[in-house]
Amino acid sequence: MTEAELRKIVLDTLGDIAPEADLAAVPPDSDLREELDIDSMDFLNFVIALHEKLGVDIPEADYPQLVTVDRAVGYLMERSGPRSG
Amino acid sequence: MPSLGADMEAGTLVEWLKKPGDAVKRGDVVAVVETQKGAIEIEIFEAGVLERILVQPGEQVPVGTPLATLRTNGATPGPSALPQNVTGPAKAPLELVPAKRPPETPPPEAAGEITPPLEERRPEIAALETGGGVHLHASPAARRRAAELGLDLADVRGTGTEGAITLADIEAAARARTGREPSRRAPRTGFDPGQMRKAIAAAMARSKREIPHYYLTHTVELRHALTWLEAANRERPPTERLLPAALFLKATSLALRKVPELNGFWEKDALRPEAGIHVGWAIALRGGGLVAPAIHEADAQPLPDLMAALRDLVHRARSGGLRSSELANPTATVTSLGERGAETVIGVIYPPQVAIVGFGRIVERPWTIDGALAVRPLVSISLAADHRASDGHRGSLLLAEIERLLQEPEAL
Repeated sequence: MTEAELRKIVLDTLGDIAPEADLAAVPPDSDLREELDIDSMDFLNFVIALHEKLGVDIPEADYPQLVTVDRAVGYLMERSGPRSG
Repeated sequence: MPSLGADMEAGTLVEWLKKPGDAVKRGDVVAVVETQKGAIEIEIFEAGVLERILVQPGEQVPVGTPLATLRTNGATPGPSALPQNVTGPAKAPLELVPAKRPPETPPPEAAGEITPPLEERRPEIAALETGGGVHLHASPAARRRAAELGLDLADVRGTGTEGAITLADIEAAARARTGREPSRRAPRTGFDPGQMRKAIAAAMARSKREIPHYYLTHTVELRHALTWLEAANRERPPTERLLPAALFLKATSLALRKVPELNGFWEKDALRPEAGIHVGWAIALRGGGLVAPAIHEADAQPLPDLMAALRDLVHRARSGGLRSSELANPTATVTSLGERGAETVIGVIYPPQVAIVGFGRIVERPWTIDGALAVRPLVSISLAADHRASDGHRGSLLLAEIERLLQEPEAL
């Protein structure tokens, strides 16, 4: 899966959790919890949706690696890389 | 028009998801109603055949107005009536009357200022007629945008959860139709913040005017509970992981069994305790506002089920799609501020309920154990209760019971 495809999946997933957010205006390196006012329940839903869409297991200890769009894409690239190729 | 909380006076019918002649069964979502709390899915609680629609999309009507007539199973075609009960958590949101009242379609200006003119709703009506009553799941934000753009929801392919139509799908469909970017507007939330503010203002002002609150707080040590939670989550896929909120909800629900005078309603100068424990879970909405829909029979649900119910409820509250039964009078409320909240919250009771339990953020603080200091995770738990219905001694029992239950998370 390409970086652009993963980015689209991350943004679509966030759009589902925060439908009122203007995701185009969210800096890709800013903390999503602050930027989108996401709490732990939303964040868990975000992790679950990524897990279901990509089949990637995301342990709780790795949650801090998903707090920005850029970091989430990087993390998912790494974790889903071996599967796609 | 069902009452979705004591503070609701009127609602606007947005969309019918069933049409006359359709068979319906208990629990089916038959319509979407716009209230001060956003778009709410209206469920039906009796099986039968939808006979006639009395309120058209775009109409705003007071609580208690019949929305449609239903021919119940076994009844001969014709008028039928269903006992009206808008206070129970799971009864009769669709109110029925003898069918002699002709369906009225008032002029659009009668719909009130918060309702878009009827013409703007035409695409949705058309969708209903051509779609054969297929349930188009769409967030309120998506519905509004579709109405603004004159888009038919039936023509939009949903990419959200279970094919739900999202705001992005609407924008994409609009681009495909016109071949250009739709006019940019500020992103809209699924509810009208001004209207929701009014609803909160009315309920909270009534609470502080009528309810003599008393307040108790108690600090509870959580090391064992959090250690247990972390170990449990390590072995679970994300879908089955628990948050501390699930422990708080379950412990509170079980404790309410022991202090029944905190679970129910104050009505006509008397406490009406409720047998079922339907905990209203306070959910802050982005952009401001608050809803506290019910988790039914929260005391009887295993933790994983409760956690799944909480996640689903929070997601639907924030993306649109709460159901009428969830808003029809929870029996007590819990507010948990989560990891970004303040250390202590002392709630305001949502009338006609008689208690609200608050959980602050979990914090690490000094704590004494056997005369020595240690650093431990703590949570401040509060109770605000109606002094007409209970006293501080009984309230203290509730908090002590919650503490006891949180020390044994494996038993929850």
